[in-house]
Amino acid sequence: MKCQKCNKPATFHITELTGGTPEELHLCEDHARQYLTQSGEEPAAASTMAAALAQQMAQQLLGQTAEELAKLDRQACPVCGVTFYDFRSQGRLGCPHDYTCFEAQLQPLILNIHGETKHKGKRPRRGARDAQQRTQLIRLRREMKEAVAREDYERASELRDEIRRIEGANR
Amino acid sequence: MQLDDLTRNSSEWLRGAGPESDIVISSRIRLARNLADFPFIARASDQDRVQIEQTLKDCLLAITEPDELLYIDVDELPGIDRQFLVERQLISREHAESQGARAVAIDRLEKFSVMINEEDHLRIQVMQSGFDLNSAWEQIDRIDDQVEGRVTYAFHERLGYLTACPTNVGTGMRVSVMLHLPALVITRQIEKVFRSLQKIGLAVRGLYGEGSQAMGDFYQISNQVTLGMSEQELIKQVADVVPQIINYERKARDFLVRDSHESLHDRVSRAYGILRNAQTISSEETMHLLSSVRMGINLGLIEDLEIPTINQLFIQTQPAHLQKISGAELDTADRNIERARYLRRHLNKDKMGGAEKN
Ligand SMILES: [Zn+2]
Ligand SMILES: [Zn+2]
Repeated sequence: MKCQKCNKPATFHITELTGGTPEELHLCEDHARQYLTQSGEEPAAASTMAAALAQQMAQQLLGQTAEELAKLDRQACPVCGVTFYDFRSQGRLGCPHDYTCFEAQLQPLILNIHGETKHKGKRPRRGARDAQQRTQLIRLRREMKEAVAREDYERASELRDEIRRIEGANR
Repeated sequence: MQLDDLTRNSSEWLRGAGPESDIVISSRIRLARNLADFPFIARASDQDRVQIEQTLKDCLLAITEPDELLYIDVDELPGIDRQFLVERQLISREHAESQGARAVAIDRLEKFSVMINEEDHLRIQVMQSGFDLNSAWEQIDRIDDQVEGRVTYAFHERLGYLTACPTNVGTGMRVSVMLHLPALVITRQIEKVFRSLQKIGLAVRGLYGEGSQAMGDFYQISNQVTLGMSEQELIKQVADVVPQIINYERKARDFLVRDSHESLHDRVSRAYGILRNAQTISSEETMHLLSSVRMGINLGLIEDLEIPTINQLFIQTQPAHLQKISGAELDTADRNIERARYLRRHLNKDKMGGAEKN
């Protein structure tokens, strides 16, 4: 048997036992080592994510037209600019605000992964309101960079003052 | 403190002490955290990454004693050193191989490590020798509080700590226990144990070589969900099941000692014999044989060796460790020769009046 990732003989046979059914992988020593240390303490987080995403997309395809889906894919976060398509294809979000602006899409996905939608446990002393206000700094910095790029220095300096005000507020 | 100091030292989590350390190698907890005022890594610019790194570096240095931390710029590190840190389980493979500003801070005893700019801005990890999740939690909770005293974490009223991947949202916590289960493998009960763990929502992973023997017979059990359960509940979920598995493994060992003593003793002695005499040996065979020797020590079949020595050999015979120790870059064939030489040197120490020549 050959390694699934190259032409060397597969000397390692890994059984991944997470989620539903066991998954068999046949790899050479180098790829086996790479695979195992890659997920390391992260048992198949990536495959859990991919499976949950695939399942959700299949469900959405049933209820929506291709045009509606294309529109959803183009939807972008106003803070970091990531699109839903970016997230869907890479499985990674762009900024904390994505949990708010893609809430409708993420909610069923999160329920699918965790079986729950509400955090229970530790909370930072500063609380969620502070955190959300600071998330706005991501947008302001991005806008400032864009203002500088189009040589709108007046706007850039306004933005800089705004950024400093928020940065100073809870140091 | 320098990276090379780690080569000479032994990791705290390998010292083979702590509760149930004949079967439980280590207990680990990691927390994923992100700064509220920066994009997640996927959308972070080079400048963002540099700023995140600087912010967290300052923070970590401020909350620890001077000289307590080894702070390593992973981006500047040679490949062999990155691989070395992966083998020591101080950084992930992704962290070793990705690009851009990123770092790891490791405490002197290797009891905790903090990856900066991995999948999340911050991945705090605490390692404890043996079965001791409560100490691990106390430590990581304290570090997390100290960091949070200086930065604002991305946090959502309903969803908890926000992470780059929704699989980690909520507590951002992964609890894992690494177990050595050779007798369950020999008695072919391991699959049954796996199936029962899966049913209760825990993840198990093992690495299989040729045949049915897992590489080194090491298995890692960890929680899968991170949302909707408190940190204590997540710890309990893993902690409740570990004593049962320890119990199964002990029973399987008792069975082997009682019902097939000769073949068990033979297996252990042959493994020891090969490790002490081989002239070239692969990493896979080494793991496989060290596993038998480790069980042999725990069952009193080998008396002139100690568990910490064996725990060390599992790590020291990995490719980057061998190359760091020998001070040269080696291809696979040369590594196999060097590995055999290293094993002979460490397993024949004081036993042949220094007659072993390398
Ligand atoms: Zn391969
Ligand atoms: Zn965003």
